[in-house]
Amino acid sequence: MPEPHGGMSGADASLDKIPTLSTDSHTPVVQCDQLSVHYGKNWALKDVSAEFLPGAVGLLGPNGAGKSTLIKTLLGFIKPDQGRMMVLGLDVAASPLEIRSRIGYMPESDAHIPGMNAVSFVAYCGQLSGLPFADAMQRAHEVLYYVGLGEARYRNVETYSTGMKQRIKLAQALVHDPDLLFLDEPTNGMDPKGRDEMLDLIRDLAQNKGVNLILSSHLLPDVEYTCDRVVVMDKGAIAAAGPIEALKGPAGRVYELRIKGDAAAFIDVLQREGYECKNTDEDVMRVFVPGTPEQGSRILFQLAAREHVQMRHLRPSVPTLEDVFARAVGDV
Amino acid sequence: MPIHDQGYRRYLGSRAAVGRGWLVITKAGIRTVLAKRSFIGLMLLAWAPFVVRAVQIYIAANFAQAASFLAPKAETFREYLGQQGIFVFFVTIYIGAGLIANDRRANALQVYLSKPLTRAEYVAGKFAILFLFLVAVTWVPAILLLIIQILFAGSFTFFRENIFLLPAITLFSLVQVLVATMTMLALSSMSKSSRFVGVMYAGLIFFTTALFNAIRGITGLTSFAWISPTETLEQLGNLIFRLPPAFDMSPIIAVIAIVTLIAGSAWILERRVRGIEVVQ
Repeated sequence: MPEPHGGMSGADASLDKIPTLSTDSHTPVVQCDQLSVHYGKNWALKDVSAEFLPGAVGLLGPNGAGKSTLIKTLLGFIKPDQGRMMVLGLDVAASPLEIRSRIGYMPESDAHIPGMNAVSFVAYCGQLSGLPFADAMQRAHEVLYYVGLGEARYRNVETYSTGMKQRIKLAQALVHDPDLLFLDEPTNGMDPKGRDEMLDLIRDLAQNKGVNLILSSHLLPDVEYTCDRVVVMDKGAIAAAGPIEALKGPAGRVYELRIKGDAAAFIDVLQREGYECKNTDEDVMRVFVPGTPEQGSRILFQLAAREHVQMRHLRPSVPTLEDVFARAVGDV
Repeated sequence: MPIHDQGYRRYLGSRAAVGRGWLVITKAGIRTVLAKRSFIGLMLLAWAPFVVRAVQIYIAANFAQAASFLAPKAETFREYLGQQGIFVFFVTIYIGAGLIANDRRANALQVYLSKPLTRAEYVAGKFAILFLFLVAVTWVPAILLLIIQILFAGSFTFFRENIFLLPAITLFSLVQVLVATMTMLALSSMSKSSRFVGVMYAGLIFFTTALFNAIRGITGLTSFAWISPTETLEQLGNLIFRLPPAFDMSPIIAVIAIVTLIAGSAWILERRVRGIEVVQ
């Protein structure tokens, strides 16, 4: 559990204290029920019903899938045509301000308050979230160091590079210590090193700092690296949802295999042994072998030896979130 | 050690109740404006007529031979507020043009509105910045002149005889400031360029005045003064200060024109200040 803010005593905390999130890991932080939003003639969200459990949840989908619209609807920027939303146990329609005092939002596009340096900007955001000036200023310094902008914190935000602007957007979302973070494409426009650092920060927040987060991204590796669960969206609807591991399927490995000899006969043997197996057009068979990677290749070599089949090619292929995504949006 | 390992701590301190965000916006806005030297210069210039009027009142109070032509009358305060119109114009453009336009340029609205802050509070915060500075060049110096008159004259006679000046100065300053603030905020919400907003505001003021003068020149009628906010304010000013009307325009028409301008500006702000821009 992260250490509480050093400057604040328990007595101070009693003033207008906002209730903290239940630690129940099964109580969803966000619930959507039959949510629909349309822009003109196009439905951006169609009867979306989903639950986001505590922890890090990826909101995955191609561009135009409705991810950003869902987040903006949850923030109250867009009024849905129908449906109900609950964030941190509060109804979005009834308590938008209470919700916004407990969440942080990192927008997709560049966003800052013009004419301010980083410390002033982040402290200002803290004050807008209800923090007293002194606390907001102290938190601003801390959060800027945390996101890696400590040395540049007195520079005007407008002079920042794209990567720095992404970091400061995270800082302003964090300054008031939200219970839930909405991160909309947080690695957009970042170089590989900056992207890795940003993903490390996000993972640290979710895993070590107890901050729930919803990460909207079209980048599968980002979601896979930072999140435990995923909600896949496509064309304004939920295409799949659940723990990433469960969506990937049972533990095991898919192997691409090419042999010399009768491929059909060897496929029969594999299937008789109980392994999922199919031949591809390029004379390469794909075999799923449950268990650890070491066991998988050993089993295949043993079977080949037993059947006197010469193995020409063996390449492991791990089921990835990309497979889940492709299945969910119907690319496979 | 990666720099982000320097830690992130949970915050257990106090938080202000929801609904005070506008005050944070106003304070920050005032600080930002006061940090500009050029603005301080403009404010000093805006207070120069006050100094002149204060000297006039001093001379009238202390030199009997000058009292006949320098003694302040009710009209003096009306004239003063009318002259301040030029500074209202410049301060409005200087401060107001970027109030919302700059936020729109930097996509700041989605940052603001993701905080516990309503759209009305955001507008109120921005409104208060311009409103306060405009009050500082209209109502504050006019009331100070009234106080100075009492102090230099050493009696309340003038004040008692013109007791209506206190509400008149307050009401006219309020109308003047309200019209300028609301119009500028509405224009500022319509563009991402503060320069363009400044040009639009100046265009609105000059074009409507020029249009009215053209109509007056052609038809000889002044009943169309409602076309120009400047002339409408002139008419209302005379009405409030119990002076003969400047134009042949019903006071009700003048009030309707001003209310329509303010309501129209509020409507534009309601439409334009949003966390997301949706192209239908």
